[in-house]
Amino acid sequence: MKAKRIITNTVCHVLLAILSVIWVLPIFYVVLTSFRAESGSYKSYIWPRGFTFDNYINLFHGNSNIDFSRWFMNTFVIAIFSTILSAFFVLCVSYVMSRLRFKMRKSFMNIALVLGMFPGFMSMIAVYYILKGLGLLETGVLKQVALVLVYSGGAGLGFYMAKGFFDTIPKTIDEAAYIDGATKWDTFIRITIPLSKPIITYTLITAFMGPWVDYIFAKVIMGEERPYYTIAIGLWTMLEKEFVEYYYTQFYAGCVVISIPIAILFLLTQKCYVEGVSGAVKG
Amino acid sequence: MGIFKKKVQPLYFRPSDASVAQAFKNGNAMTKLSFFVCGLGNIANKQLVRGLIFLALEIGYFAYLFSFGIGALGDFITLGTVEQGQVFNEALGIYEYSAGDDSMLCLLYGVITLALTAAIIFVGCMSGKSAYCTQFRKEKGMDVPSFKDDIRSLKEENLHAFLLAVPIIGILCFTVVPLVFMILIAFTSYDHDHQPPGNLFTWVGLANFKSMFSQGSKLASTFWPVLSWTLIWAVVATVSCYILGLLLALLINRKGTRAKGFWRFMFVLSVAVPQFVTLLSMRTIFNANGPVNVLLREIGMIGATESIPFFTDPLYAKITIICINIWIGVPFTMLSTTGILQNIPAELYEAAKIDGASAPTIFRKITLPYMLFVMTPNLITSFTGNINNFNVIFLLSGGGPDSLDYYYAGKTDLLVTWLYRLTITQKDYNLGAVIGILVFIILATVSLITYRRTGSYKDEGAFQ
Repeated sequence: MKAKRIITNTVCHVLLAILSVIWVLPIFYVVLTSFRAESGSYKSYIWPRGFTFDNYINLFHGNSNIDFSRWFMNTFVIAIFSTILSAFFVLCVSYVMSRLRFKMRKSFMNIALVLGMFPGFMSMIAVYYILKGLGLLETGVLKQVALVLVYSGGAGLGFYMAKGFFDTIPKTIDEAAYIDGATKWDTFIRITIPLSKPIITYTLITAFMGPWVDYIFAKVIMGEERPYYTIAIGLWTMLEKEFVEYYYTQFYAGCVVISIPIAILFLLTQKCYVEGVSGAVKG
Repeated sequence: MGIFKKKVQPLYFRPSDASVAQAFKNGNAMTKLSFFVCGLGNIANKQLVRGLIFLALEIGYFAYLFSFGIGALGDFITLGTVEQGQVFNEALGIYEYSAGDDSMLCLLYGVITLALTAAIIFVGCMSGKSAYCTQFRKEKGMDVPSFKDDIRSLKEENLHAFLLAVPIIGILCFTVVPLVFMILIAFTSYDHDHQPPGNLFTWVGLANFKSMFSQGSKLASTFWPVLSWTLIWAVVATVSCYILGLLLALLINRKGTRAKGFWRFMFVLSVAVPQFVTLLSMRTIFNANGPVNVLLREIGMIGATESIPFFTDPLYAKITIICINIWIGVPFTMLSTTGILQNIPAELYEAAKIDGASAPTIFRKITLPYMLFVMTPNLITSFTGNINNFNVIFLLSGGGPDSLDYYYAGKTDLLVTWLYRLTITQKDYNLGAVIGILVFIILATVSLITYRRTGSYKDEGAFQ
């Protein structure tokens, strides 16, 4: 019996080891190639002949075509603004849906559900023309404003997660506040918001990560204005036929640079997510 | 009871307490008139600011309507009549374009005008209701709220309106209006032959839908294979990621497994990397000259110049994409299932063990039903997400390998990536819109049917 258990345990650990190698190898390859000294794209061998840090240094000394640091800043600014806007939208809507009762509440939630079923970028073309009509596609900077609006405009529809969290805050807390003479607004600002740190962090970080990982909207709105690109379309550009030979290793360096902050943020959201799902006020 | 009711009666009578029909039926002449001349009832009852705001909105709307709106509505019906022409300029010796109607803008302005009209009807109803409740309060001898009270009510009874106003405007501008616009385009002839501003397009009714479904047309012979691949992909991708992720979570959470945190970290690492980075590097890794082929050459599985067509052969491409998707999806499932697995009541397992159940039986009879019960909503979301999984297909294979039998689609194109190609590359906006509507219909039916059949919907307390 004991021998059998030892065998199963060994088999399981070996299996886990093999699987984790499969899962880590591609990431390892990305890191490895980002330090490769030889330029050029595909090689007939895997282990680099030499190692260098130049890929990272060159990455931040780009030219007008490939300007990684500028893309980084673009994305950062866009992400900050769209985070503020969309977090505001999400929190407002989810608080209203969770706490306030009014006539259109149910129908609003159903409409939100239905709207979520259309393919996201089906409306993209129309959004493009609306933004053009508003004159927001004239210059690169205005395009960035347009991108912020696109990322945050419809954010109010994604209220389910935060609503679920607000639902777990006991109503008795609100009622106690009402008795003390607080308005509903006061309750929202002074009681619900301070009690909701995990879900607010979660909302903020997910909204912040959006612009870093979105490819399609950024591409359609930015078109060929390379200096105003965000990171995602920028990295994609590095793999285009005209650039790939020279920028192949830098592309991997860029991937590593971007992945580190995003990975840290992601691990943070996981923590908040778990806290958020488990509810606000623990008994 | 009577006293009690009086206490409950809100100090401030909300317009929303009465329905529009009620307000119209019970209102006096002034109230009824307020439905058409916005704010009249309020102004007459000394609620000057509120009344004036209503009135200003209405005047603004009609100013827009007469200066621009009526023309826009006319153009909306015809979608433009004057085609852009070419006039030969003798002096310069070149052709010059004369301005014509832009059908695209006609449609867009038409939709915007309709949206504004809907908004003004809403304002009219609000004005009527507001006039009615003022009248009601006056008749009951209560004091009429001043504008200050209105502002104060935004923090209390009308907080929902205050908080929702901006988000809803955002949703309307960036989701609803564009969506209506695209749905309308499905009923026009806006394709690559009818590109504004050079050419006009018109309403064609259901012709686009008919050509999408008509026997033997190239469109139909593209649509059905793409649809079936989309469905196969969505089912396989969802199920494989779910089952394998669940098994992985079980493997890590086994009693005998050491260093659980370490194993979990190894897998979470791949989730933490941004998806497009993973996808783009996977694309290079599986490239014809990428490291996987190099590796296979070195260990001698294929010849020195051969390469396995991971993305260029239809069947290989499909398998590669599904495998890569498993690579991406499994850690996600593992993360989300771990917590739920730990919640399964231990008594269930103990009872099964006492009855002599083997590990596979326990998985089949206890773990899987429990997990399915808890996670069906998640599964539905990930199924719909996979039908719309643009990134994986677009960034990996780009829909390729292309097929000559298809109408601008490749063998691995999903409906959404086909939609993208049709609109962005091919400029067949009407067909793209048709596909969008069809995707919506598929998703709506799938989620409605499955959601209603699930245990978690029918019997909420089964495992409690």
